[in-house]
Amino acid sequence: MAIPLARRAVLAATLLPLAAAAQAAPLPIGYLSLRPPRPVASTLIEPPPADEGVQGARLGLADNATTGRFTGQSFTLGERRAEEPEAALEALRALLATGIRLVVADLPAELLLQAAAEPGAVLLNIAAPDDALRNADCRRNILHVLPSRAMLADALAQYLAVKRWRNIFLAVGPAPGDLLYAEAVRRAARKFGLRIVLDKPWTHEPGAQRTDTGHMSIAAEAARFTQGAPAYDILVVADEGGTWGDSLAWRTTDPRPVAGTQGLTPTIWSPVHEQWGATQLQRRFRAQAGRPMTPLDQAAWLALRAVGEGAVRAGTTDPARIVAFLRSPAFELAGFKGARLSFRDWDGQLRQPVLLAAPRALVAVSPQPGFQHRFSELDTLGTDRPETQCRAP
Amino acid sequence: MPRALILALLLCCATARAETIMVSNEKDNTITVLDGGTLKLVRTVKVGERPRGIVLSRDGRHLYVCVGDSDRIDVVDTTTWRVVRHLPSGSDPERAALHPDGRRLFVANEDDNMVTVVDVDRGLVLQEIPVGVEPEGLGLSPDGRYVVNTSETTSMAHVIEVDSGKIVANVLVGARPRFALWEPDGKRFWVSSEIGGTLTLIGADDWRALGEVRFSIPGVPAEAVQPVGMVLSGDGTKLFVALGPANRVAVVDVASRQVERMLLVGQRVWNLALSTDGTRVFTTNGVSNDLSMIDIQAMRVLRSVPVGQAPWGVVVKP
Repeated sequence: MAIPLARRAVLAATLLPLAAAAQAAPLPIGYLSLRPPRPVASTLIEPPPADEGVQGARLGLADNATTGRFTGQSFTLGERRAEEPEAALEALRALLATGIRLVVADLPAELLLQAAAEPGAVLLNIAAPDDALRNADCRRNILHVLPSRAMLADALAQYLAVKRWRNIFLAVGPAPGDLLYAEAVRRAARKFGLRIVLDKPWTHEPGAQRTDTGHMSIAAEAARFTQGAPAYDILVVADEGGTWGDSLAWRTTDPRPVAGTQGLTPTIWSPVHEQWGATQLQRRFRAQAGRPMTPLDQAAWLALRAVGEGAVRAGTTDPARIVAFLRSPAFELAGFKGARLSFRDWDGQLRQPVLLAAPRALVAVSPQPGFQHRFSELDTLGTDRPETQCRAP
Repeated sequence: MPRALILALLLCCATARAETIMVSNEKDNTITVLDGGTLKLVRTVKVGERPRGIVLSRDGRHLYVCVGDSDRIDVVDTTTWRVVRHLPSGSDPERAALHPDGRRLFVANEDDNMVTVVDVDRGLVLQEIPVGVEPEGLGLSPDGRYVVNTSETTSMAHVIEVDSGKIVANVLVGARPRFALWEPDGKRFWVSSEIGGTLTLIGADDWRALGEVRFSIPGVPAEAVQPVGMVLSGDGTKLFVALGPANRVAVVDVASRQVERMLLVGQRVWNLALSTDGTRVFTTNGVSNDLSMIDIQAMRVLRSVPVGQAPWGVVVKP
């Protein structure tokens, strides 16, 4: 159908000719991360990069700068990193004092809420997948770039429903995030007609698995853990810290695949993803950072690109007007996942496809074909408008 | 049978549908050559790594192939079907367009935000023009005065004046623009936006957007409607648009800008080419690894034939 002059066309027209655009003052964007010293990783092969996240933001900044050349807009990134929560809040205050309003936040949920209470801050959440932040604890001044746990769990559950792998053995770690991940899996199972036939906490202390003969004790533990389970199709693990989830595959009593936080993983991004032009982004990132792009890098890149796209489309570097535009139906972002991304107006969550990735192969992308929605298939993932408990926006 | 008669028969049938279709196959580093009349496989030509954009020389004797992972252009001789030369292209060439002078080849360098101008006779880079992030589409105005480049992540159409190499306008369009196509009178051009799901029509007198076309297909998610390649019918009245994972080619009436039809082709339809006589459109279907043939008069898909892996570009040689 022809639209004589849609909104975008009008916008484009008012911006023309861009070549003659005057140079506006740079838009400063903050980047704040809490990076406490990490627990021992379960493997040597992927030591967590020290610059995880911020490299994604830097690439997003470079992409924005290229576009900004043509609109007369420029962007700067103020990077702050803290090891303690209180130091992170101080760093945020320092950023705000320089006039920065938009801050990309690599912070856990509790600290994110404290940060949101600082006057003047608009936060782009790239690290806290907590569903509470999209519901009862939602805030007007937080936009969520990374998928919520509910979105991840729904993405996996849709795939299991399509495969008719309906009976789940859920193994839940002791960390607070593991409990929340497991809760999201339980909710997703109810939503998509799956059964959790066994819901069992994993309590084994994994410390010795990398010492000599450690593999034998972990194998015995995994066999004991999975012995006598009712018939199940797939073992879903909730181990966000990645300390024990990899210990279960190949060691279960019954031969069953593993999914969840390890094995077949629902995720915002994976180094195996190369569709919809993702190859280009993966290469640009590798060239800059010298390592593959992680989910946190991807979320940080998206956060920068959202701000850049908002600035270009709304024709402004005023933070308040950019945020208003990001929340409007006119905003759309290309994110190399074959669908336009936009923010849900009921909870500020970026609607997006979720990858289901194995360590060396992309297995599927949710929403799965056939899960329909009257507004957008992407809204079959996570908390939908009728269910939201968010009252802030 | 007398030899002269055989020759006459050969000539007759050769001239009836003498055209040749060439398809670049991104994932198996080949060009598939098909007979335009029978759609039978003539041969498969090995080229460099990740061939995507392909362009014929003015005289049809050479095919310029963007081999992105080899960072060059391979020149295929269309009589011997061998790669006879390499041309410099700048980094990661994705798509190219040949100037009406037959000499200047405009190449989009996907991974370093440049359009490179290559002299195909001398094998030299003439110029590098900085554009937006992930440049792809290249549309030359019929008079050769302007080349329009689309940059995917910047979401702009950059209008470049060919002789000066200067950008004279940057037009914001829908997200992830992939292709630019001028109308034959040189007064307007179309840009397809893959993620935006739209076409934008832009006027050449002031470089303003004149209008937009959107698509909706019952039973197909809006996100799956991703316009990429375009071609105009010979008379310029109908615009054919490849809609990617919607697996359809849309037919747009140019005068009214109404979407008139949807033609189901193969999976993930990328790029399109018109037959020499203007009666058929050929489509590359990137996921189903085939080429479909649309009859314009009947507005029907006549048939599909297998080609290589991940077919991308398509051209027709008379």
